[in-house]
Amino acid sequence: MRRDIFQAIADPTRRAILVLIAVQAMTPNAIAEHFDITRQSISKHLRVLSECDLLNQKQEGREIFYELKIEKMKEVDIWLDQFRKIMEEKFQQLDQLLYTIKNNKK
Amino acid sequence: MNLLFDFNVDKATKTIHITREFAADLDLVWDAFTKAEMLEQWSAPKPWRYRIKEMDFREGGRCLSAMVSPENATHWSLAEFIKIQPKSGFTSRNTFCDENGNVLNNNFSLTKNSFKAGSGITTVYIEKVFNDLSVVEMFVKMGFKEGTAAAMANLDEYLLTLVTNK
Repeated sequence: MRRDIFQAIADPTRRAILVLIAVQAMTPNAIAEHFDITRQSISKHLRVLSECDLLNQKQEGREIFYELKIEKMKEVDIWLDQFRKIMEEKFQQLDQLLYTIKNNKK
Repeated sequence: MNLLFDFNVDKATKTIHITREFAADLDLVWDAFTKAEMLEQWSAPKPWRYRIKEMDFREGGRCLSAMVSPENATHWSLAEFIKIQPKSGFTSRNTFCDENGNVLNNNFSLTKNSFKAGSGITTVYIEKVFNDLSVVEMFVKMGFKEGTAAAMANLDEYLLTLVTNK
């Protein structure tokens, strides 16, 4: 199943996991130690993050390490930044319109 | 004149907060946000045009409008007015739709616009809550991405800074 990146950040535990693995690659057990929830639900969150295509998996011996795909996280910021630019441009057009109307009244 | 423009995103609550000052009195700014003939003049980034097919500005009323590309491709959207307090604020529920106002999908945003009069300046505060932040992506893609050379150039530049900052 393919999920949207926005589903990843919708949950507070998943956001916390993303912060952890952004710093260094970690095994599921090491991640679980940071939370007061079952190893099972950590696995579930990792599965969602993986389906969002946010995780790189590295096998080292018998352990699997997870790390964050930073470039995927930036997608959200890119769209939000585009949105900000669109709003900025709209407002500048409104400035111009307001200016024209005020001058016509004089 | 230096007019305030503040844009903040709270990803956790999927909310965008925008504050913007305008150099005009409240009556005029209120009309610019609520009257079809004025909205059409400023709501589309060039070279797109903004056309309003229906405007019924009252609680329970709706606004059916479209972004029109230079090639005349249209992207329709619907705003349903939930609450209106004249010269003070209004709240709408926004969705993407077809030309008859039939909603395309489950995505929506709630927009609350508040207006505050100052001396020669009106401050508009906009709060947009998205049911899913991916709507922002859809908004950008559907309304503006195609044909907006300037916006694309900005995106290219932004991508370049991301790549070089790595």
